[in-house]
Amino acid sequence: MLAFLARRVFIAIPTVILISLFVFSLQHLLPGDPILVMAGEERDPEVIAALREKYRLNDPIPVQYLAWAGNALQGDLGISLRTQQPVLELIAEKLPVTIQLAVMALAIAILIGIPAGVLSAYKKGTWIDWVANITALSGLSVPNFWLGIMLILLVSVKLGWLPASGYMPLSEDPLQSIRTMLMPAFVLGTAIAATLMRHTRSAMLSVLKSDYVRTARAKGLRESVVLIKHALRNALVPVVTVITLLFGELLAGAVLTEQIFTIPGFGKLVVDAVFNRDYAVVQAIVLCTGIAFILMNILADAAYRVLNPRMSEQ
Amino acid sequence: MTAVVDPEVAADPLPPRRRNRAWEKFRRSPSALLGGVIVLFFLIVALLAPILPVPGPTETDWSAVRKAPSIPHPFGTDEIGRDVLSRMIWGAQASLLAGVVSVLIAVLLGVPLGMLAGYLRGWTDAIISRFTEALLAAPFLILAIALAAFLGPSLTNAMIAIGLSAMPIFIRLSRAQTLTVMTEDYVESARAVGIGHLGMIGRYILPNIIPPIIVQATLTIATAIIAEASLSFLGLGQQPPAPSWGAMLNIAKNFLEQAPWMALYPGVAIFLVVLGFNLLGDGLRDALDPRDS
Repeated sequence: MLAFLARRVFIAIPTVILISLFVFSLQHLLPGDPILVMAGEERDPEVIAALREKYRLNDPIPVQYLAWAGNALQGDLGISLRTQQPVLELIAEKLPVTIQLAVMALAIAILIGIPAGVLSAYKKGTWIDWVANITALSGLSVPNFWLGIMLILLVSVKLGWLPASGYMPLSEDPLQSIRTMLMPAFVLGTAIAATLMRHTRSAMLSVLKSDYVRTARAKGLRESVVLIKHALRNALVPVVTVITLLFGELLAGAVLTEQIFTIPGFGKLVVDAVFNRDYAVVQAIVLCTGIAFILMNILADAAYRVLNPRMSEQ
Repeated sequence: MTAVVDPEVAADPLPPRRRNRAWEKFRRSPSALLGGVIVLFFLIVALLAPILPVPGPTETDWSAVRKAPSIPHPFGTDEIGRDVLSRMIWGAQASLLAGVVSVLIAVLLGVPLGMLAGYLRGWTDAIISRFTEALLAAPFLILAIALAAFLGPSLTNAMIAIGLSAMPIFIRLSRAQTLTVMTEDYVESARAVGIGHLGMIGRYILPNIIPPIIVQATLTIATAIIAEASLSFLGLGQQPPAPSWGAMLNIAKNFLEQAPWMALYPGVAIFLVVLGFNLLGDGLRDALDPRDS
């Protein structure tokens, strides 16, 4: 397994270099000169020259890239123009909020998606299957920011059950923290639940046709045992890898969800950075999510090998 | 909202004699037909927007600010007295245009690159594949937001950003399809009789990889429409006063208590048109899948 992981990490290096090149070149897409923006209204030539020197903009582009990548490797992703904080510190500050949201969303998605997928496959062709499929497709088609707005209107404004916005750290008041996160997590979890349901259904359908399920039934095992112990355990192998790969979807969904529910997380950081033209933050976010996604991919491959020993033998 | 290559889309290419059977299968699927009808409805509405009997989308009526749905304004009015129905009809143009144009950008750039990688293999394939992996590593919407932010907020830039973010899906799909087609006997025979590279790609490979690309394009239009609405919702897409469903929702969220209809209808429209494309894509995939006849 260690050799496998080492090989996968090694293969990922060119991809990481390409991502860094892409992220670095983003700033050259800018229509204006960022230094002119930073220099303020007076545009003092001396200030402009000093800023150009400070940000090494007088160097050739390959030299600029090497300097930028070298700093990034040491954890220096620049300074936020808006808060004057190191970008990495800013990300580390916001990430736990989004992780809490993502974990709760994933838990809701698993609780809805997997049982629905199992039931839908088991009852293939019946009205239950039809309802589950239509619900899943609707879950994939509904824009989550609109679902959020509608839930705020119904649950918070009309019924007054849950707070419409805000955030409470888990360490300060766990119950209130879960209450404030419940609605955003549900909104974020719906599309994921739909994806999980479709994958679980498809995996269960192929497993239910297999010989070992027929054998288990022929042995006279109870249907629930056949379904859970024999079928689901095997069907979950591809589903677990899908869950690992849904990381990107969770992060992207968090951008909009956090915006609607004014949650001060990673997603809101992206949007604020975009509107404040805080380009160092935008670049760092794309770089970090890219690298994290590659790591999740490696994790998914490793999980697949652990869950499916036949893969390791090959 | 991350767009991924649908594993079921990446099926074997369709032999020509199965085309009639595919159409028969598509016609018999009620959900595919429903999807087609929904898409057609929105397409007609968007095209007929200039001649439909509704007020102009930017026409303000200060005597009818945030008015609930009524006969003169069936979907109510917004915060400066504009007709919500009219803005939705014109907003359909922005949404559909964004969906189709961004997918066209993705297909026109992605398919040739993917075919080149699959056809030439070797170093070309290695470079294109690494480039695709790098692009796929950033979540679709985050990449689109970053690109839209750097390019500047406008509908055109949103379409470019969404198109570029969706491109790697088509590179991957067409590369995989090209690799499959390349192993077919008829490609071997064509090579044996000395057909050149262009002829091989144009006459033998491209026609055989089109069906799964059409399916993936239909499903990606759904994703692109949500992405455009998301970018406009964040203020990075269509700019005011031009109408767009996402931008309408962005304003509507500030008036939830006073004018809930401002948020209700644009959301329903996005949901329906995206559902339409998803149903259509699913139906096309089932109809074009040669494994299931």
